[in-house]
Formats: sequence, structure tokens, C-alpha cells
Amino acid sequence: MSHLLDVENLWVKFPTRNGVFDAVRGISFSLGRERLGIVGESGSGKSMTGRAVLQLIRKPGRVEADRMEMNGTDLLGASDKAMRKIRGRHISMIMQDPKYSLNPVMTVGQQIIEALRTHEKVSQAEARKRALEMLDAVAIRDPERVMGLYPHEVSGGMGQRIMIAMMLIPNPEILIADEPTSALDVSVQLQVLEIMDKLVKDRGMGLIFISHDLNLVSKFCDRVVIMYAGRIVEVCEASKLHEAKHPYTQGLLNSVPDLVHPRPRLEVLTRDPAWREAPSVSALL
Amino acid sequence: MSAIDINALNVWFGEGDDRNHAVKNVSLKIAKGESFGLVGESGSGKSTVLRTLVGLVDDWDGRMEVDGKVLGRKRDGAFYKTVQMVFQDPYASLHPRMTVDQVLSEVLKLHGFKDVNDRVNRLLEQVGLGGGFRFRYPHQLSGGQRQRVAIARALAPEPRILLLDEPTSALDVSVQAEILNLLTDLRAEFGLTYLMVSHDLGVIGHMCERIAVMQFGEIVEELDVENMRKLSATHAYTKHLLESSLGSVR
Repeated sequence: MSHLLDVENLWVKFPTRNGVFDAVRGISFSLGRERLGIVGESGSGKSMTGRAVLQLIRKPGRVEADRMEMNGTDLLGASDKAMRKIRGRHISMIMQDPKYSLNPVMTVGQQIIEALRTHEKVSQAEARKRALEMLDAVAIRDPERVMGLYPHEVSGGMGQRIMIAMMLIPNPEILIADEPTSALDVSVQLQVLEIMDKLVKDRGMGLIFISHDLNLVSKFCDRVVIMYAGRIVEVCEASKLHEAKHPYTQGLLNSVPDLVHPRPRLEVLTRDPAWREAPSVSALL
Repeated sequence: MSAIDINALNVWFGEGDDRNHAVKNVSLKIAKGESFGLVGESGSGKSTVLRTLVGLVDDWDGRMEVDGKVLGRKRDGAFYKTVQMVFQDPYASLHPRMTVDQVLSEVLKLHGFKDVNDRVNRLLEQVGLGGGFRFRYPHQLSGGQRQRVAIARALAPEPRILLLDEPTSALDVSVQAEILNLLTDLRAEFGLTYLMVSHDLGVIGHMCERIAVMQFGEIVEELDVENMRKLSATHAYTKHLLESSLGSVR
């Protein structure tokens, strides 16, 4: 198996009073040693896809698939105990807002060291040394001082870099980044992304980058999957995103206001009900 | 006479040792019918300027004029008939237990309008919602629909000036396009003056003719949109901001 991740016919279902709601409807994709972008509007199922891979869908939600394998290891039938070993060690996830995803009552250093020592048998001193190196790698100045800070004492951009450090320190093979920069200011967004991008490249990891920002994704990914209403409507090379054929992708691209090429009116998406019913495009390699 | 004239505005938060100088010596002049953008990262004080203008902040000094009238410590009904504000998060700015009808009629009654029923219908038409939405609660609306209700509420007293605090940052790009088009149309129809705050230079460049860049509570640069497009900024921070937003814009 040369692929890091293979997912076939993935469904995420939530039973409601009015019948079962399908958040993700039968998508297939695989991830090699590449950067895969998943784009869509809110409610398109992109975050649910990321969570489903890590079995983070809460009950009564259900995950169904024909196949979901990581490096040939089955993820679907994995027990809770086995999944705990996989999360962090093999697949890591960076969430949207560092304010809510860092533990507010532990110092930054404790959290990073905990992340490492959960997965590797290393001494406290060794763990501390590696945590400092990791903080340095995510471009945090004066890591010694930052190690002793609590999350409320750091800025959003710094918090997200700490999150990246924490997720990468056990050296996972796959990183899932769910809107890693939407809570940050534009001026720090790029910096955080560049750091993440460099680390992913240097370590030869696979990256799943979930975002609503098409242009950002086209810059930081190799391949882009566009989701609409729980299905994949189009898969394309990131560099050829602007040649995208599906009217939904084109509509999304055209609705972004452009600083350099102003238009008197922005294009508005006219949604075709057929998009919802069209079969999902396979993004398998 | 300018629509908005702010001269040497200072705003503080907190007391004693914790007193934080949030806005420092900010001066702005916005002509009637103009659309003006305030840009900067979070914490730069851009929203505070708007909030001070509408009277949501007490600890300030300086001189603020709206339509030639100097603003005191208290705002009267006439002020809110001239100036209205649209807030960032449509999920937080609508009362969860009031229907769209109640939200809009309350404002209309406060401003002494008699033909409330007709006006509610007309307002909903103007923001592109239609009468079917009149008796819905906020939780029955999508983010974009909620922001339309918030805009309808701001339009209810027939103001001449709208303050827009990141009106689309909580919305998807496709919905953002609809709301920005709506704001463009409304401005053309009613000859409104906009003062808009955003961290997205693409949005500001689309909506505004002039912008001011804020950093650490001060205005570091003012420029018009042509110079912004040509990236001919002089201040280092503005340059940095323009460059980083070109990254996310095509």
C-alpha cells in the first residue's frame, strides 16, 4: 500500500426527529504523501469528513464506509483503545480556534510534553528538550519563557503555532488541519501556514487541509477536492483550480471580492438542485 | 459639511493601572454619500471607533460631529434616526426569542412610525427576504438571512449613515457576495454614507473609496482605493497588510 489513507464510500449519518440526516454522502478519496485540500461552504460536510477519519463523530452520529484504511490498517473496526494509539501518533488534527482547543489550566510546556510522552517513552528532561526544539521550529521566539505560559497569555497566532508544535511532536504521518487559520488575522495567517507547510514538507507527511478559502487552498495544496452538500463535486490539481469546470467551483471563485481586479458587482451563486443529486466524484489515487 | 467628522478621539478601557489606551488621537472626515473603510488587525481599535461613535463606550474625549451636530455624552433619538449600526455576528445580534416581525416593529415603534405593518413588509422586500420570513425566529434563518434581518433593522429608522462592523466576516464567500451586493444596492438607492470596518482588504477594496489603516489604536495611513490597488502605500504596516492579503486574493 503506497497510500497513507484510503477511504471508500464514506457516509456520516445523524438520526434526527425527521429521519436520518446525511452530513457526508458516500465520498471516496485517498491521500498520498501530498497536500490535499478539502473546500466547501459551511454545512458541506468537509469538517465531518476530517472528524470521521479520526472516529471523532459523537453518538448518535454514525460513520459508515466500505473501506477506511491508514497504511493498510483498518480504521473502521478499530477499538476505542486502538484509536487512541492512532490519534496523535499516526494521525493528528489541528482545530480551528486555539482558544478552545488548548487546555486552559495547563501551561504550554506541560501540554506539549504530555502530547509527546503519551506516545513515546522518553524521560522528562528529554521531552522538555524536544518540546523546546519544536517550539523553536514553529518560529516562537524565547521558547523557554513560552513553555511556562498559560494559553490565555499567548496571542491567537502564537496559540495556533503552539497547537502545530503539539500535533507534530509525536511525528505523525498524517496531519488534518481543519480551518487552521480562520480565527487569525490576515497578517499572521500566511506566517502560520508557511510554518505548517514547511514542517509537513520536511517530514514527508500527508496533509489534509480543510478550508472555505479557495485561494488559500490553491496556494498551499497539491490537489483540491470541492465538496457540496456532503458530496464531492470536483477534484482538480490545485494549480489548475482556475480552470475548474463545475459551475459551483466557478461560482465560488467568482464570488470572492478581488482587490486588484475590481468589479462593480459580485457574482452570486445560483444553486442548481441537480448538484445535490449528482453522484460523488471519486478522489481516489 | 461632512457626514462624520471625528477629531482627536481618544478612548480608554479599564481603570487605574489597568487603564488601556485603546484609541489614540484618531481623526476622520467622511463626506456625505462616501463609503469609508477602517482596516487593521484585531485589537487595533477599529471597532472601538464605531462603538464610541454610537455611544456604546463612555470613557472618551475629543470631538465628534455627525451631520454638523457635535455629539455629547448622551445620544438622543434624532441621532439614531441618522446613524445605525450593523454588527459582526448575526448569530449574536438578534434576540433569540423575538420574531423578525417583533425585531423590526420594535425599532419602528421606538422611532414613532405609524404605518408599522406596511413598513415591515417594505423593509423585508428591500433586503430581499419577502413576507414569508416575517414571522420566523432567528434560529429558523441561515447566517446570511439573519444578516439581512440585521440590515433591515438598521434601515428601519431611515438613517443616512450606516456603520458596518465586519458585516460579512461570519459568512461564507458565496453568501458574503450576496450581502455585499445588497449593501451596494442600498447605498445607491438611498444615498447612504458607509463607515465600514473589516480585516479583509478584498472586501474593503470592493466596497469603499477611501480607507484608513489602524495599528495599536492609531491611524497609521489614509489612502484611496486606487493607491491601494497599485499597492503604493508608504507605511510599512500597510505594505505588509496589502502583501499578505494579496496572498489570499487572486
